[in-house]
Amino acid sequence: MSAAAAKPILYSYFRSSCSWRVRIALALKGISYDLVPVNLIKDGGQQFSAEFKALNPMQQVPALKIDGITLSQSLAIINYLEETHPNPRLLPQDPKKRAQVRMIADHIVSGIQPLQNLSVLKQMGEKKMEWAQNCIASGFQALEQILQHTAGRYCVGDEVSMADLCLAPQVANAERFKVDMGPYPTITRINKALLELEAFKISHPSRQPDTPAELRA
Amino acid sequence: MPSEKPILYSYFRSSCSWRVRIALALKGISYDLVPVNLIKDGGQQFSAEFKALNPMQQVPALKIDGITLSQSLAIINYLEETHPNPRLLPQDPKKRAQVRMIADHIVSGIQPLQNLSVLKQMGEKKMEWAQNCIASGFQALEQILQHTAGRYCVGDEVSMADLCLAPQVANAERFKVDMGPYPTITRINKALLELEAFKISHPSRQPDTPAELRA
Repeated sequence: MSAAAAKPILYSYFRSSCSWRVRIALALKGISYDLVPVNLIKDGGQQFSAEFKALNPMQQVPALKIDGITLSQSLAIINYLEETHPNPRLLPQDPKKRAQVRMIADHIVSGIQPLQNLSVLKQMGEKKMEWAQNCIASGFQALEQILQHTAGRYCVGDEVSMADLCLAPQVANAERFKVDMGPYPTITRINKALLELEAFKISHPSRQPDTPAELRA
Repeated sequence: MPSEKPILYSYFRSSCSWRVRIALALKGISYDLVPVNLIKDGGQQFSAEFKALNPMQQVPALKIDGITLSQSLAIINYLEETHPNPRLLPQDPKKRAQVRMIADHIVSGIQPLQNLSVLKQMGEKKMEWAQNCIASGFQALEQILQHTAGRYCVGDEVSMADLCLAPQVANAERFKVDMGPYPTITRINKALLELEAFKISHPSRQPDTPAELRA
């Protein structure tokens, strides 16, 4: 007895960089999904509803319902997609290059983004903008140096990898917080190349079901 | 040409460094440890010498097989791929995803928020801030573990999630977080601390552990 496989369901916020990483992965791998928007601002933050908490105790987006389980944490989701839908690959074959991809991705997802996350910024009051700019500038300064050793057309060599899925959304955050991108030419160049790819366009924050009219592409 | 021993740049009390020390111990990989004191001299991680080695100016960093890696999970995944035994990830992709989800929740969702560089900015609110970050993260983790845990975080085999859990509990204790609401976390942590790899890599037993904190 077989039930028709349900489409994956992605819980996402248009402007959440963590959600965008997963949207890019789903687009690159050609996986159709249904998107349920979770507005992080409205109603005190819809991620805090009892309903969403039951789905994801971490009370964050993205969360992905797929193959009978619910996953959270963008890289855990992306690694699961990589293992179950191996083409196109998002990790190089060489273990050392793979480690470099992970190092860059982890630097962004642990070392930069959480420090300028909504819940942290709420605590900063009027110092919010300055705080976010410092976190991102500091993280990008390190990243720019690393990329000068690892980058080809993209973050590591010439193939799109998990590092790139993390980079473009973080640059979007930087732009939103008015970080001066002048000191980061490699990051800027790679980001520009990524935004030309269909998967990065279709998943872009300006093109989501929950994108407000005034921000729509 | 003899291959060199790996070199780990570590601070005794850095939870991120401890994760990697556990992995190296579990996989039986000998290494040389170079201590980096995060407090002394304004923070030795900020020296020009260390910055050249790791632009992120953080520990841990591992020199191995001719490359230098930073980011604890990137290092641990590299060790997993090059030294597959014992495994630190389950074979089933869904269970593997649960391991990664738990590990990522700790390394992205909890630890960075109570990292030294963030706490410096909090001034006198430092302790309260750290306690809130950890309590909030542990509340979510406790719920998740109730679904995934066996003897350890996911089932009955030690995984990358466990390598992240024990050091984070040590942080919680250091910030005097009340562990009463987290019985599953507490039980798993206790089981992990009985394992040789977790003991030998413990902050209280490192070359740079201060005398008054030494086990």
